[in-house]
Amino acid sequence: MATTFPFSAIVGQDEMKLALLIAAVDPKVGGVLAFGDRGSGKSTAVRALAALLPKMKVVAACRYNCDPDRPAEFCEDCRIRATKGRLKSAQVPVPVVDLPLGATEDRVVGALDLERALARGEKAFEPGLLARAHRGFLYIDEANLLEDHLVDLLLDVAASGENVVEREGLSIRHPARFVLVGTGNPEEGELRPQLLDRFGMSVEVKTPDNLADRIEVVRRRDAFESDSEAFVANWAKDEVKLRKKIIGAREKLSSVSVPDVTLERAAKLCMALGTDGLRGELTLMRAARALAALEGAKTVTDDHLRRIAPSALRHRLRRNPLDDAGSSVRVDRAISEVLG
Amino acid sequence: MTGAAIWSDAVTALQLFAVDPSGTGGVLLRSRSGPVRDRWLAMLRTALPPSCNVKHLPLNIADGRLLGGLDLNATLLAGRPVAERGLLAEADGGVLILAMAERLSAATTVHVTAAMDAGETIVERDGLSLRMPARFGVVALDEGADDEFTSASLRDRLAVHLDLNAIGVRDAEEFALDTREISAARAKLPTLKADGAQVEALCTAATALGITSLRAPLLALRIACAAAALAGHSKVDQGDLALAARLVLAPRALVLPPADEAAQPGQPPPPIEDEADESGGEDQTPDIDRALDEIILAAAQAAIPPDVLAALRAGSARRSRSRSSGKAGALQKSNKRGRPAGVLSGELRAGAKLSVIETLRAAAPWQPLRRREMTGAGARSLPRILIRKDDFRILRFRQRTETVTIFLVDASGSAALHRLAEAKGAVELLLADCYIRRDQVALISFRGSAAELLLPPTRSLARAKRALAGLPGGGGTPLAAGLDAAFVLADLVRRKGQTPTVIVLTDGRANIARDGGQGRPRAEDDAMSAARQLRGAGVDIVLVDTSPRPGISGEAIAKEMGARYLPLPHADAATLSKAVLASVG
Repeated sequence: MATTFPFSAIVGQDEMKLALLIAAVDPKVGGVLAFGDRGSGKSTAVRALAALLPKMKVVAACRYNCDPDRPAEFCEDCRIRATKGRLKSAQVPVPVVDLPLGATEDRVVGALDLERALARGEKAFEPGLLARAHRGFLYIDEANLLEDHLVDLLLDVAASGENVVEREGLSIRHPARFVLVGTGNPEEGELRPQLLDRFGMSVEVKTPDNLADRIEVVRRRDAFESDSEAFVANWAKDEVKLRKKIIGAREKLSSVSVPDVTLERAAKLCMALGTDGLRGELTLMRAARALAALEGAKTVTDDHLRRIAPSALRHRLRRNPLDDAGSSVRVDRAISEVLG
Repeated sequence: MTGAAIWSDAVTALQLFAVDPSGTGGVLLRSRSGPVRDRWLAMLRTALPPSCNVKHLPLNIADGRLLGGLDLNATLLAGRPVAERGLLAEADGGVLILAMAERLSAATTVHVTAAMDAGETIVERDGLSLRMPARFGVVALDEGADDEFTSASLRDRLAVHLDLNAIGVRDAEEFALDTREISAARAKLPTLKADGAQVEALCTAATALGITSLRAPLLALRIACAAAALAGHSKVDQGDLALAARLVLAPRALVLPPADEAAQPGQPPPPIEDEADESGGEDQTPDIDRALDEIILAAAQAAIPPDVLAALRAGSARRSRSRSSGKAGALQKSNKRGRPAGVLSGELRAGAKLSVIETLRAAAPWQPLRRREMTGAGARSLPRILIRKDDFRILRFRQRTETVTIFLVDASGSAALHRLAEAKGAVELLLADCYIRRDQVALISFRGSAAELLLPPTRSLARAKRALAGLPGGGGTPLAAGLDAAFVLADLVRRKGQTPTVIVLTDGRANIARDGGQGRPRAEDDAMSAARQLRGAGVDIVLVDTSPRPGISGEAIAKEMGARYLPLPHADAATLSKAVLASVG
């Protein structure tokens, strides 16, 4: 598709939009899972995000998008080239790579370059989707339907931040750190708990039930489909504004302070909900900080925690057979208990 | 509607679809295969331009054929990778016909819907990375009976839903289609647009009919534009919108707006559930053309027979549970048994079966490279084909997972008094059936103040029989505790990769609460909440009412947990066992 629907033109869906912006501000928050109704604009939002993201600096002609400012994380190619002289850098769009469901393993992790093998009899490594997604986003539509063997691959790489390929006597390892974004419809099956855990935030997406919003969605979609260029041009100003906001938030991120009181509150909240491990607390804190940065605040407050806690925690709850309330309700309850 | 009226709509629909195949998404054609359906398809072929691709998608298509990949023959001949287009890309600019759409696998469905959304296919296969345009309209042929339906995600994307099952051959007369008119409409379509008020009216009507998805009003808009183009209107008018409402909105309707609302001008559309506060606001949508709104709604309403609505609602309640939890065990991938389900690169171990053909295919392109390498390394006599470990392709199979039938037996005083013996007899017969099908069984009983797991999942019929025979009776009815225990066990069973089925035998008269406290109202509340939770688990449940006069309590609980309800008095042990078997597969 030549043009994508602008992010700022998406009606409602505030929780999903906020989570995506937070992931764009601080990739360490660790990805977004958007689960919900059909036709509610989940995929649209993710693709729109790609067009919104500010460009990033890479080593020119590096196949793994190495960051010239971080020599410690170079791939092997860049490491060798760096010893021979200064590396040139270039500005490229942040990759938002689609992992289609029918993908085969060789294209995901990378394999021997068939073209060069056939034409020149050379053994060369052809990087896969994981390499392409490094420092960017890896997007899986209908993540709950992804084949198990691909899920296993992803889990492995997402945990180590590195992709290791052993093929035909070729041994390649390259950095592969990406923000995982998944969408899906819960009616078509659940996500494996291990994969669920890899997502920093999880949002529930519902079709707007307010008539005015519904009309606005259809009207904008219709306008976009009949003349997409004019529509995109109309929204260009808002897109630029939003992009500036993301850039500003990234710069401010490290200077946002998290008071001890807030850290304690976050810990209490996680304890009240019985989330497993420290990952919940860490994500909650990071997401709250990114939210504060987005809004230009200098310190993280209870209000930031309260607004981001449902997204950061709802997929980390243990199933409780004595509580038939949904996970969102349980998080809300804990928030009002701990934060008042 | 009469058969002739349905057929006339069906013919209109095919012309509108032929005007804008990819814009309208397509047509869901629910009909048995036969002369009516054949005539419809033949007429569609006439309506489409002669140059239009019509591709058929067979049910069991392999991913490689659907999405495309490496063309091995051409690759070996040309000495460079040559891509082969998949069926989705081949259908670009044309129409894709899905045979037996109700049985299409989730994976295939998702490839089709992804291509419909993006207008292209993204292929990352066999060392190739390709994007190919794939804009097409879909005709989904649905031959489902009763509760078999095309997947909701596909239905949602198809503008028109037709059901031709009710009409006979005589109703389906052959209309002469004016192909020039249709191609003129196709040329005219880009100039047609609905105005803001018309968009609002369609959205309002969709909301009033309880349609959640926003694709419905969008697709109705497309159909209205196509209708205007076909009728030669210079812009979309009321009649076009009414037609769109009848074809697109009516088949999706879940509620009927109250009759008096539609009759009173100036009233906001009937609020649905908790939307009252939004749509009740006076100035919320002031510029909606009420009259237009009502015309659309009336058009849609006229096309919905009320009994169909009731059936639909029941159907959607049933479907909202996991689609795979049917019959005897859900499908699961395995590399040992079952029906073949593609290949996967992998290692040869633990009984995995090698797919020789696929392994050779995988090895073929690399032969020249390997040969050169081996000769370079000084090897003199080389085997004809050089296979490496990476080439191994393992056959995968799809098999049904084991079903674990959990019996939850009410052994309280009231039940014991009435029918415990009969219930035991029925369970014994069911056990024998489970044994024949190699299902595992588990037994939980509840009485007094708690539930007890008498028999963890086992395949031993003897143990099950012994546990059942020794089942003591008497005491209160802690139904909530029993249902909770069944939920926990069902969850556990599923985590092990098996499919749980729960059979509850009770009179439904709960009188002990979860905390062991006495008192009927609290006990019943707890039982209801436990039942809701069990429904959330998405397992198949059968509730057998063992009370002498099956009544409201048993049925209410069954409804709350989405179970099939079977009253015992109408059946002896043998017929009961038959009925349960029919329900759970």
